[in-house]
Amino acid sequence: MTEPLLQVEDLRVKFSTEDGIVHAVDGISYTVNAGQTLGIVGESGSGKSVSSLTMLGLTRNQGADIEGRIMFQGKDLVTLPDDDLRKIRGNEIAMIFQDPLSSLHPFYKVGVQLTEAVHAHRNVSKSAARDRAVELLDLVGIPDPSRRVDQFPHEFSGGMRQRVMIAMALANEPKLLIADEPTTALDVTVQAQILALLDDLQSRLGMAIIIITHDLGVVAEITDQIAVMYAGRIVERAPTSAIFGSPQHPYTWGLLKSIPRLDSPRGEELVPIAGRPPSLIKRPSGCHFHPRCPYVREEHKRIDPGLEPVPDDPTHSVACLLTAELRQRIWRGLSEGETSATLRHLVVEEEQQPATAHAAPRVAEDDPS
Amino acid sequence: MSANGENLVEVRDLTKHFPITQGIVFQRQIGAVKAVDGVSFDVKRGETLGIVGETGCGKSTTARLLVRLLDPTSGTILFEGEDIATRNKDEVKALHREVQMVFQDPYSSLNPRKTVGSIIAEPFAIHGLLKGSGERRKRVQELMDRVGLNPEHYNRYPHEFSGGQRQRIGVARAIALEPKLLVADEPVSALDVSIQAQVLNLLRGLQREMGLTLVFIAHDLSVVRHMCDRVAVMYLGKIVEIAPSDTLYSYPRHPYTGALLAAVPVPNPSGQRRRQRPLLTGDVPSPANPPQACRFHTRCPKAQELCSQEEPLLELKGTRSITACHFPLTESEARERLGPALAGVSSNNSRGEIVADQPSSSSSSST
Repeated sequence: MTEPLLQVEDLRVKFSTEDGIVHAVDGISYTVNAGQTLGIVGESGSGKSVSSLTMLGLTRNQGADIEGRIMFQGKDLVTLPDDDLRKIRGNEIAMIFQDPLSSLHPFYKVGVQLTEAVHAHRNVSKSAARDRAVELLDLVGIPDPSRRVDQFPHEFSGGMRQRVMIAMALANEPKLLIADEPTTALDVTVQAQILALLDDLQSRLGMAIIIITHDLGVVAEITDQIAVMYAGRIVERAPTSAIFGSPQHPYTWGLLKSIPRLDSPRGEELVPIAGRPPSLIKRPSGCHFHPRCPYVREEHKRIDPGLEPVPDDPTHSVACLLTAELRQRIWRGLSEGETSATLRHLVVEEEQQPATAHAAPRVAEDDPS
Repeated sequence: MSANGENLVEVRDLTKHFPITQGIVFQRQIGAVKAVDGVSFDVKRGETLGIVGETGCGKSTTARLLVRLLDPTSGTILFEGEDIATRNKDEVKALHREVQMVFQDPYSSLNPRKTVGSIIAEPFAIHGLLKGSGERRKRVQELMDRVGLNPEHYNRYPHEFSGGQRQRIGVARAIALEPKLLVADEPVSALDVSIQAQVLNLLRGLQREMGLTLVFIAHDLSVVRHMCDRVAVMYLGKIVEIAPSDTLYSYPRHPYTGALLAAVPVPNPSGQRRRQRPLLTGDVPSPANPPQACRFHTRCPKAQELCSQEEPLLELKGTRSITACHFPLTESEARERLGPALAGVSSNNSRGEIVADQPSSSSSSST
């Protein structure tokens, strides 16, 4: 088996603040193979952005305490000296940020900003760099690139600016592109254009992409793998089809059931996730999701679940203390329109008779309903 | 057109132009941003009307005109049969007992120096109601309880609340006077995904209990479909299509509506929806200088010569959709835009209709 392009192992990022230590990222591990797309899904404050900023060394100056390993092509990005990291950043790993307006400098022409990355890593003449800028603008589908290259960011619309950001990231043909909420600030029609562009560029250039978002719809369309983050941890990781087909974690269920979808019958009640995301300074004990989990048991408040593979499926991991059979029954119930309130009895029942619990659901599995 | 009992609001030919001026001392107008340019629609009593569209299409301006936070350039807004478009300041104040608004940003729409109790009590203070402080406090705490806030947090400040809770404060303030019409401008777009459903369910619950009429503005088409009975689609200051939700989402007639629906990502990885659907190219033209005739013709895949010469009027196409288009989408074109994941899904279908993401086929078969 070939070595993965990127391997993150037990990454931990802590910030000390006046209020206490913020555990922004708390032991996450994942791998990305060349040419693959990984989606990282989570709410604000789940640590999804911090983990990718750390990859590029962008949290080093913020007083972050970083542990773990980020192996990229045989180098550990956590311990790599700044000078060496600078050679990778913007060259082999590039990043697209959420807000295209504030990521572009208003005083400089788009072409100058585009070629900055080229100049930083390669010794090229001015005219060659300009040619490259025109080529890049053309690549990302900006009409009339040789004229647009001399314009300023304010002359571009939001979608066009995001295309410029993508062009800038692609300037040195990176092997890995990190897109942090690339479409959040954009309208749906423009979002669809940008997602199609990313997909097209990936198939042409063969790079790996990590896309960070809160929108499950976005990741469903362009990712191969999805990691769901909650309170600094990955709570579920699986191939995209498994996340949507047989999600295992109550938080993932919550995310899937709390958004209105165009492809479900209208008028179906939304099932919100109760409560709100926890503070990363004073995290809940045991399973971090337990204060919001409808299927919580007493022991979940003490035991901290690790990310473990689901039985029968080594590619699908979940950090949940419920048994696999029980999770399957609950998800089946939820997708048939039952609510967590009516399914809660399954958990209570099993708690009362733990000895027989493992035998019973096996039978239920054969039940065609 | 007289007000009949069914319509709470009747808007006719409403326009709002923001002047573009030049010069510092002697300002002269050199143009106008036609934010809202002749829209007409009715809002029936007790219904939820959705307004969708891209950034800059005039949906928020329409909302602000309805609440009279802005003065219309021309046109009429009949509220319970009375024209409120030309009301002066004092008359508008009286209007605000019946029409209230929930704003998009729960951070900037609450005064950080006031306690939550006094923020929610402000409508009573403005309108001189519930003069006794004990009485007012009791009512505010009832309201806080109603929107799912802890009434004991009466004396806290907005910064002590999360985004979702702040939006609840905004809702409590808006329903304090028991208005007849509530205008919600992107009420959930600033909130985290897991919190959005809480606020949406709250608004729906309040509507059912209080018999509110709701005008719900959002750019998220899935949220609008979930919330609204009828939906108006706006493009560059005009309504291009208005139809009942089920009709609009199952059979869009205007090519722009079709393009919007085609662009919505659906959390369903099976079915290669995205690769087949036609994407809209380019950006929304400037509302200061909109295209002639049909405003969508510069981006429309179906545009013909007529579209750049003659403006299409809003007329009934088919049985239930009112569309401003010379060449509305045919059924097969609409189906192509919706893709296999969406075509045929409506409220009439049983749950079994969405088979694509049933877990039974993928996981439970293995042992």
